[in-house]
Amino acid sequence: MSVNTAEIEQPALKRKDFVSDQVIRWCPGCGDYSILAQVQKTFPELGHRKEQIVFISGIGCASRFPYYMNTYGFHTIHGRATTVATGVKLANPDLSVWVVTGDGDSLSIGANHLVHLLRRNLDINILLVNNRIYGLTKGQYSPTSEPGKKTKSTPFGSVDRPLNPPAFALGSAGTFIARSLDVEGKHLQKMLAAAYQHKGTSFLEIYQNCLIFNDNAFVDLSEKPHKLEHQLLLEDGQPMLFGEGHNKGIRMDGHRPVVVDLEQDGYSVDDIVVHDKSDKMLALMLSELTYMADFPTPLGIIYQEQQDTYEDLVHRQIEAAVQQLGKGDLQALLHEGHTWIVD
Amino acid sequence: MSETKKGSKKNVETLEQVTIRFAGDSGDGMQLTGHQFTDTTALVGNDLATLPDFPAEIRAPAGSLAGVSSFQIQFSSREIQTPGDHPDVLVAMNPAALKVHLSDLRSNGTIIVNAANFNKRNLQLAGWDSNPLEDGQTLVDYKLIDVDMTRLVGEALSDMGLPPKIIARSTNMFALGLLYWMYSRPMDTTIKFIETKFKSRPEIVEANKRALQAGFNFGYTTEEISTSYVVLKAKKPAGTYRNIMGNQALAMGLVAAANLNGLRLFFSGYPITPASDILHILSGYKHFRVLTFQAEDEIAAVTSAIGAAYAGALAVTATSGPGMALKSEAMGLAISAELPLVAINVQRGGPSTGMPTKTEQSDLFQAMYGRNGESPIVVLAAATPADCFNTAYEACRIAIEHMIPVILLSDGYLGSGSEPWLLPDIDALPPIKNHKVTDSNGEFYPFDFIDQEAMARGWAVPGTPALEHRIGGLEKDSRTGNVSGDYDNHQQMVDRRAQKVAVVARNIPLATIHGDDSSELLVLGWGSTYGAIRAAVDSARKQGYSVSQLHLRHLNPFPSNLGELLLRFPKIIVPEINTGQLTRIIRAEFLVDANVLSKVSGKPFFPSEIEERIIQILGEK
Ligand code: SF4
Repeated sequence: MSVNTAEIEQPALKRKDFVSDQVIRWCPGCGDYSILAQVQKTFPELGHRKEQIVFISGIGCASRFPYYMNTYGFHTIHGRATTVATGVKLANPDLSVWVVTGDGDSLSIGANHLVHLLRRNLDINILLVNNRIYGLTKGQYSPTSEPGKKTKSTPFGSVDRPLNPPAFALGSAGTFIARSLDVEGKHLQKMLAAAYQHKGTSFLEIYQNCLIFNDNAFVDLSEKPHKLEHQLLLEDGQPMLFGEGHNKGIRMDGHRPVVVDLEQDGYSVDDIVVHDKSDKMLALMLSELTYMADFPTPLGIIYQEQQDTYEDLVHRQIEAAVQQLGKGDLQALLHEGHTWIVD
Repeated sequence: MSETKKGSKKNVETLEQVTIRFAGDSGDGMQLTGHQFTDTTALVGNDLATLPDFPAEIRAPAGSLAGVSSFQIQFSSREIQTPGDHPDVLVAMNPAALKVHLSDLRSNGTIIVNAANFNKRNLQLAGWDSNPLEDGQTLVDYKLIDVDMTRLVGEALSDMGLPPKIIARSTNMFALGLLYWMYSRPMDTTIKFIETKFKSRPEIVEANKRALQAGFNFGYTTEEISTSYVVLKAKKPAGTYRNIMGNQALAMGLVAAANLNGLRLFFSGYPITPASDILHILSGYKHFRVLTFQAEDEIAAVTSAIGAAYAGALAVTATSGPGMALKSEAMGLAISAELPLVAINVQRGGPSTGMPTKTEQSDLFQAMYGRNGESPIVVLAAATPADCFNTAYEACRIAIEHMIPVILLSDGYLGSGSEPWLLPDIDALPPIKNHKVTDSNGEFYPFDFIDQEAMARGWAVPGTPALEHRIGGLEKDSRTGNVSGDYDNHQQMVDRRAQKVAVVARNIPLATIHGDDSSELLVLGWGSTYGAIRAAVDSARKQGYSVSQLHLRHLNPFPSNLGELLLRFPKIIVPEINTGQLTRIIRAEFLVDANVLSKVSGKPFFPSEIEERIIQILGEK
C-alpha cells in the first residue's frame, strides 16, 4: 500500500480546484455551506492528489456534498455511504476516502454500518454533519434530537432519548473521535486536517445549523458572548479551561467532573484536568459532558489511538498467503483434489 | 451377467446404474459417508450425481425425525443427469432414518440397518409402534440386511480400550465398508482421507480404518448377502475429470473471470444457508489475491461490492432469497449508477426464512422484478453443479462488458449437489473486455457510452487523473451524470436502462433444442431442473414420444431466437420448483400456451414426475 505516493510531486492545488461546476442547492444560510468551504480550503493544504480523493455520501441534505467537490464522488443510498466507502477503500487502499453523512443517515438508518466501520478501523474519514433534525424530508426529529422536541412527526414532543455520537463512536472502538462546528472555520479546518492525518477511521462530528427546521440548535456554541461559556476547546496536554479569559475549568472530583471558577472557587490551573486524547475514560467523560446540564460542550479531538487499519491487515494477509502458497495458479486450482482421466 | 469372485463363493453381477441413500441421525456422519462414497465412485469412473439433504438445525434432538440427515448418490456406467428418484439401497442407521425414507425406496430395494439402534427409545422417538425389523410385515417388500454394526465395530476395536461413544461414531465407516464391498469399490481413497483428517488423533484413524475394514469383511463373509455388484466405467467425453459441488464450481468460475482478465476479485457476503460455502471457499483463495469481505449484514455486503466495483474491482456478492430481499435497494443503485456487479442468489425454500436447507426456484420473480422503479436487470441461472462454473464466468463477462449488474440464480440443490466435471480448457474461455478509461481525450462525460454496441459507459475509476466525476442514485443527466430532474431526460434514462439489458441478447448464445427442432411437446426449463428434465425427455423419446427440451441459462434477456423456437411447438410445459414463474413470463412475453408443472415441496423434481406428465399430455402408447 503506497498511500504516500499520492502525497508527492503534485502540482500545487488551490481551493478552486476542488470546486465543482454544480450549482449548490442548500438553503441560503445553511451551515453546510461553511463546511463545504472549509473542506475546499483545507484540501489544497493536505497535499493529496485530487484524483486520489473520493467523497461518498448517503442521503440527506449534507449528502449532496460530493456533487460540489471536484473530486471523485459517489452519492449512494440512505445509510450506506460507510459500506460503499469500505468497498472502495478495500479495493484501492491508496485512495483518500471521505464519507459525508448526517445524523439520520449514519445514526439511524445507517447506524449498524457505522459501528462496523469504526471497529474495523479502515482509513476512512467520516464527516458526520449533525443538525439534530431531518432536513431533506422537511423536519422530523432525528436520533440526536433532544427529548421533548416538537417536530412534524412529534407534534406533542419527542419521547425518544437522543444518541450521543462521540460515545457511540467510542463504544464502537473508534480510534479518532473529534467534534467541531460549522461556523468555527479555523477550528473545523484544523479538525479536517487532523482527521486526514489519522491513519484509521476518523469520526468527526460537525454541529451544523439547519436554519429551516432546527434553527439555533447550537446558538450557544456559535455566538458571542455565550460561546466562550459553552465551548470547551480541547487541546491535547492542556488543561480543560473555558470561559472569558479562561476563567473556568473542569476539575475531577473522583470520577465526577465539576465546573470550577478559577477566580471565585479558590482553585488554580493545577487543579484542572489536563486533556489526554489517548485516555479512553477521559474521552467517555467528555462525550457525556455534552448531555450534562451546566457543562460546556467539548470541541476538538476527544480521543485518538493508533491501531492497524483493516485494509492493511487484509492486504498483508493476502501478500502473506501469496508468499506462503505461491501465486494462485488457476489450472492447479481446477485440478486440485482427486481427478481422473477418461480417454 | 454373473460370475464368481475369486476366493469367494459369491456371485458378481454387473449393473448399469444404482441409487443409494445414506440416512441417519445428524450426528451419524452421513454427509461424510456419502461424500466418501462419491469420491471413490468418481475415481472408479462412473458417472454420478449427488443430493445431500440435511436439517436446518445443527443438531436436532438425537433419534428424532427432525434430526435425520441423508445423502443420495446415483452412479452409472452411462451418462446420468440426476441423483435418482427411488433409491435401490437405503442405509438407515436408526429407526427415524428408516421412517423418513422408507417410502422413497423402490419396491424390492435393499435396506441396510444398524440393528443396535433399533431399541425401544429410538423406535418410540421415530414413531414406530412396533419394531419394523421384527414385525414381519413392514419390510416384507424389501430385502433387509440387518446388522448389529455397533457390536461388530465394538469387537473390531475391542483391544483399543476406546469409549463406547467413539465406537458408535465409527459405525458409519462400517456401513461404508460394507457398501464398498457390495459395489466392488476400492477403499484406499477413504483410508487416505481418514489418515489426513484425523492426523492428530492416531486412535481415531485406527478406529475408523478398522471399522471400514470390518464392514468390508462383513460383506465378504456374511450369509445374508449372496451377490456383489460391478458398475462399469461410464463412457464420457475424453478429458480430465473431478467431482465438483455447485458452490465450489461457482467460486472457481469467479476466480477464473478475475484471474484471466486482469481484474481484482472482490467478494462480499454475509453468512446465510446455502450460500455461505462460496464465502468460505473464496476466503481460502487469498493467494489468488481475492479480496473477501464478511460484511455486517446483507446490505453492507452488496453496497461494499458496489463500492469495490466503482473502484475498479470485479465485484461479486452472494446470498440466498432473504438476503437478496435486503439487497434490493442497492441493486437499484448499481442499475442506476451503471456499475458492473454480480449478485448470486443460491435459492432456498421461502417465503421469509422458509426452509433454509431445502431447494427451490422461487426467486425468479424477485430477481426480475424485486426492486423499486423501472429497474431491469440481467438474470442468469446455472443448470447443474458443474455448470455453475460457466454461468459464474458468463455473469462476470456480461457485467463487465456491459457495465451492468447481473443476478445469477443457483439453488441449494446445485450448491451442495455434485457431479463429475470435465475440467475446462481455461485458454478457451472467452476473454472479457473491460471499459476502464485512463484518458479523457479532452472533455470526459461519465455517462457517454464508450462502447455503443454494448451500451457501456466508461469505467473511470477513482485514482485516474483528470477524470474526476460524480455518480449517484438520483436520476442523472445522460451524459454528465449530474443530478437531473428533467422530464425528457428521465424518460430517456428509463429507456436506456431497458435497452442496456436488451442489447445483452446480442452478446449471448442462441437457445438450442435437445431433441427435434419441432415436436409435439417442448419441455422448457431453467436452472437446476435441467437434469431431471433431460432424463425424462430422453426416456420418453426412447419410448417414441415426440418431445424435446429447451433449457435456458439466460432469463433476462432471453436468447433472441427463443420466441421463434417456442412457436414451433404446439404444446409447452415448464417444470419449475415454484408455482409457475417462468411460465408466466413466457406467456406474457410470447403469448404462447405454456403450462407449468409445479412442485414446491423443498425437493427437486424426480425425472419420473416429469416423464409421467409428458406421457399424460401426449397420451399412453
Ligand atoms: S433544510 Fe436545513 S440542512 Fe437542509 S439545506 Fe436547508 S438549512 Fe440546510
